[in-house]
Amino acid sequence: MTVNLTLVLVAAVMFGCGIYLLLERSLSRVLVGVVLMGNGVNVLILQSGGAAGPAPIVSDAGGAETADPLPQALILTAIVITLGTTAFLLAMAYRSWQIDGHDDVQDDVEDAVIRRLAAADEASHGYEMDEHREEPDADEPVERGA
Amino acid sequence: MSDALVALPVIVPLLAAGLSLVLVRRPSLQRMVSIIALVAVAAVAAVLVVRADQDGPQALWIGGWPEPLGIALVADRLSSLMLLVSALVTLAVLVYSVGQGMVDEAESAPLSIYHPSFLVLAAGVANAFLAADLFNLFVSFEMLLFASYVLLTLGGTESRIRAGTIYVVVNVLSSMVFLVAIAMVYSATGSLNFAQLAGRLDALPEAVALLLQLMLLTVFSIKAAVFPLSFWLPDSYPTAPAPVTAVFAGLLTKVGVYAILRTQTLLFPDSPLTTALLVAALLTMLVGILGAVAQSDIKRMLSFTLVSHIGYMIFGVGLATAAGVSGAIFYVVHHITIQTGLFLVVGLVEHRAGSTSLLRLGGLARLSPILGLSFFVPAMNLAGIPPMSGFLGKVGLASAGIEQGSTLAYVLVAAGMATSLLTLYAVAKAWSLAFWRTPQQAHETSLAVQQDYQDAPGEERQRVRVGSASYGRVEQQEARSIHDDTPDRDLYQRLQDDDLPHHRPRTMTAAALGLVGLSLLLTVVAGPLFDYTDRAAVDLLERTPYLEAVLTGDTP
Repeated sequence: MTVNLTLVLVAAVMFGCGIYLLLERSLSRVLVGVVLMGNGVNVLILQSGGAAGPAPIVSDAGGAETADPLPQALILTAIVITLGTTAFLLAMAYRSWQIDGHDDVQDDVEDAVIRRLAAADEASHGYEMDEHREEPDADEPVERGA
Repeated sequence: MSDALVALPVIVPLLAAGLSLVLVRRPSLQRMVSIIALVAVAAVAAVLVVRADQDGPQALWIGGWPEPLGIALVADRLSSLMLLVSALVTLAVLVYSVGQGMVDEAESAPLSIYHPSFLVLAAGVANAFLAADLFNLFVSFEMLLFASYVLLTLGGTESRIRAGTIYVVVNVLSSMVFLVAIAMVYSATGSLNFAQLAGRLDALPEAVALLLQLMLLTVFSIKAAVFPLSFWLPDSYPTAPAPVTAVFAGLLTKVGVYAILRTQTLLFPDSPLTTALLVAALLTMLVGILGAVAQSDIKRMLSFTLVSHIGYMIFGVGLATAAGVSGAIFYVVHHITIQTGLFLVVGLVEHRAGSTSLLRLGGLARLSPILGLSFFVPAMNLAGIPPMSGFLGKVGLASAGIEQGSTLAYVLVAAGMATSLLTLYAVAKAWSLAFWRTPQQAHETSLAVQQDYQDAPGEERQRVRVGSASYGRVEQQEARSIHDDTPDRDLYQRLQDDDLPHHRPRTMTAAALGLVGLSLLLTVVAGPLFDYTDRAAVDLLERTPYLEAVLTGDTP
């Protein structure tokens, strides 16, 4: 099978840009990244259909070479799915903006709590001395849920 | 042989989804439609189990295209067993959520969209089990994912949007990788049909086959939450409504496990990656359960045990022996029922006591003995206390590991035992805190913790603000228990004020008890079930029954 190098390169560039955007905090940039990657994938699938040129329809006249129609059917499905994803992500970004005034992807709340516990050196039980605090009530033993 | 029954588990829920969308203004009719649809799916799945067991895999080429061109659906022993279990579990969860919808009238979530999404989810899961080509598998993943996006962000509250963002982005990324893998497989072999791929992948150069296998494994491992790719799960699942968490926990990860099992046995039988799979299984078990031990919220604790126990199934698949695969299938069946049941029970706890935080709960066993019992039995089952199905599944996997005899297998057997013990520790902790101590003790603890938090110096609190933008509200939210939307009073205070819901959620309890009963039934029928999974495993490893049914079946 022949490989169309241009299409592969186009897909690679789209993927690169898409992944870069995906690493951003803002959900709308993530969305643009997803759209770019989705189209990059479509180019990649198109590439898997073989060389360009012949039509993907078997004509009754016969003789002429036909291109593989399956990748195009796959791309059509993938486009529809990307459309749905885009719509949903947009709705989520909008809702996030409605609630918080921004659409940044936020940290796990639990991570923040663990960071706090670690900062206060409370994450482990055996640790009784508390270096970060000098308040007198700090040495009061605290019964924890764990 | 061709059998139109095979398509029903996909078509019926989809049609019912459309119908229930039309019936948005008639809630009772909507409920009836969804329940009837899922009962029908369960009945069809039961018939398919019997047929697949007696007559071999049932294949159906949709659309009347000549054989290798159309889309095939195949129900072999594995698929139909998974279908049956998933249908029963979704039915129980649906009944539970109907009960919840009738109890919590105040719930502001748009319930009208709940039933259609739930049915699409059921159709997607069924399609994933029946799909006989990679692209159809991709489409079914998208079906169930889209339904799950909607269900996870139901109501669009702050915490659900936050958790949903991570879930959606992770899954969109995995879908992209899946599509790339599909493009590569198609470029390399010119086919996407499992049965055709089985022959053509063997002919590929080793490096290409390895690359394709790695891509597919990565995708399915994200879905199944295998260790390095599991971090999205415990953060996103617990924020959803209880029945949604339950059905996600029971089914969505298992779809990933099923896909790994199917591709490993059918497409890559002489896989060089079994060692990698075993190591991943080891890490999944240990890291997952250590996470569970550290949690102070029952939902989060259960989400971590879910990740951890995925390790057992991957262990069975990684062994690549008939006994290992059989053990994995049995464990999947056991784990779907048990994990869903536990999440439903925790939903009942939340309904009854207004919280799932172990810091605030106490005395539930006295408050509601039925609730206590329905938590205790599946919790012990999860930990693997004999003679329940969890124990039998673990014994099956352990003996398969010992039979295989490599050092790594022995290490995994040992890790499996350790995980089982730590699971026991985690659930026993939840039991003794939430159910066994008095509410007053719980009250004192939670007061102490809050005091402790307020004592922390201000600049320290400053540092832990959530997100890249800082908002004061986050601090308050954090000071309370993490996922608590309830008023800032714990069970003790509410008991004092006599402020607990008095009506008994009969339908919800019945659904949860039904699943607990189903998991106990698995113990009773463990013998025949293990025979069945043995036969399924032999089918999978031989490959010929599947290939013959798909490629040389007498299509009309």
